[in-house]
Amino acid sequence: MRLLVNVNKKSVIPLVLLPVWFLIYNFLKPVTDWFIDDALGMTVGNHFTEALRFFVFEVPKVLLLLTLIIFLVGIVRSYFSPEKTRKALEGKSLFTGNVLASMLGIVTPFCSCSAIPLFLGFVEAGIPIGVTFSFLIASPMINEVAIVLLFSMFGWKTAAIYVVSGLVIAIIAGWVIGKLNLRHWVQDWVYQSQFGNSDSESEKLKFKDRIQYGYNAVKEIVGKVWIYVVIGIAVGAGAHGYVPEDFMASLMGKSAWYSVPLSVIIGVPLYSNAAGIIPIVSVLIEKGASLGTALAFMMAVIGLSLPEMIILKKVLKIQFILTFAGIMAVGIVLVGFIFNYLVFL
Amino acid sequence: MEIKILGTGCAKCKSMERLTREVVEKNGIQATINKVEDITEIMKYHIMATPALVVNEKVEIKGLVPSEAEILQVLSKY
Repeated sequence: MRLLVNVNKKSVIPLVLLPVWFLIYNFLKPVTDWFIDDALGMTVGNHFTEALRFFVFEVPKVLLLLTLIIFLVGIVRSYFSPEKTRKALEGKSLFTGNVLASMLGIVTPFCSCSAIPLFLGFVEAGIPIGVTFSFLIASPMINEVAIVLLFSMFGWKTAAIYVVSGLVIAIIAGWVIGKLNLRHWVQDWVYQSQFGNSDSESEKLKFKDRIQYGYNAVKEIVGKVWIYVVIGIAVGAGAHGYVPEDFMASLMGKSAWYSVPLSVIIGVPLYSNAAGIIPIVSVLIEKGASLGTALAFMMAVIGLSLPEMIILKKVLKIQFILTFAGIMAVGIVLVGFIFNYLVFL
Repeated sequence: MEIKILGTGCAKCKSMERLTREVVEKNGIQATINKVEDITEIMKYHIMATPALVVNEKVEIKGLVPSEAEILQVLSKY
């Protein structure tokens, strides 16, 4: 009995909620069908019926998946910190460092508004700029919200392709930046300043703190993106029955080779979070755009953002930023071509 | 006590500043609150993620926007 009393209430909640989650998730399809066909008594096959069915099913499904994954990612992230990542990267050789930095970029909690302190902290620890860039590229590009949305809309293969190509771009772009030796295009004051060594005191978190961390992540991220998810799915549902299937085929289909570079050029200045862009991408694909083109467009939108480049302007000269954007654009275009021409799906 | 909010002006930094001011005001805490936006000043505190809450020159919270309760818990230590 004592044990029960000592258990923190909040850490028990997930244990209760998890079965409930699976129950709802599994019954979503029959409940939706019952609601549309029997409760509302709508005609099966009708455009409006199917659009509504799509919307009523997809919104709770995507939100359920988002909540679960972001909660789990939140718990995983509580084991990582920029300080620990820096320690792990110190003294790594160029290529190994790029691989490790790209992978750590996925799990380390990081927001692009912290790009400057992170950059300076890495530079100070002697981590090569190329390795730092692998981190800075992977972190926004491989985004958990994007993974959930791609998984729920296109299946696990597409989600996996997205993660792998994001990693490959981050590794190679970082490695190229390292090889180009662009140090002279870093703002002069960066290497002149000395901030002294940081004392990375690592506080031991209890597991219930980590669960709290997961809760906070859900509150923060789902609270912010749910509206984009709803709007995106509504647009998708609207396009479902009404826009002709091959509407985008001539513009963004496989046969139009220029579509990949064109989507990247359009995508770079656009900036949106993953939740806003992916439902749009799903409509594009449904209407005849090829996967490579759509993926390239999406990566250009979420991976290369004007606000982040403006932030980086404080530590990097404009030539560096342009080179960085150029390498990224080329990398994304290549990924787009590879998926358009070589791959199965 | 002397409170500093470190942040280069992103949305999260602003909400940390606002929350801290609210907590201080609501609980009648005697404190000066300063926002530090200069990056070289910020780096002197050895942080790699903003925003950060500094109390009497000690970094108490970094890299996330805390809840009001968490801020109060930190401030009540002083």
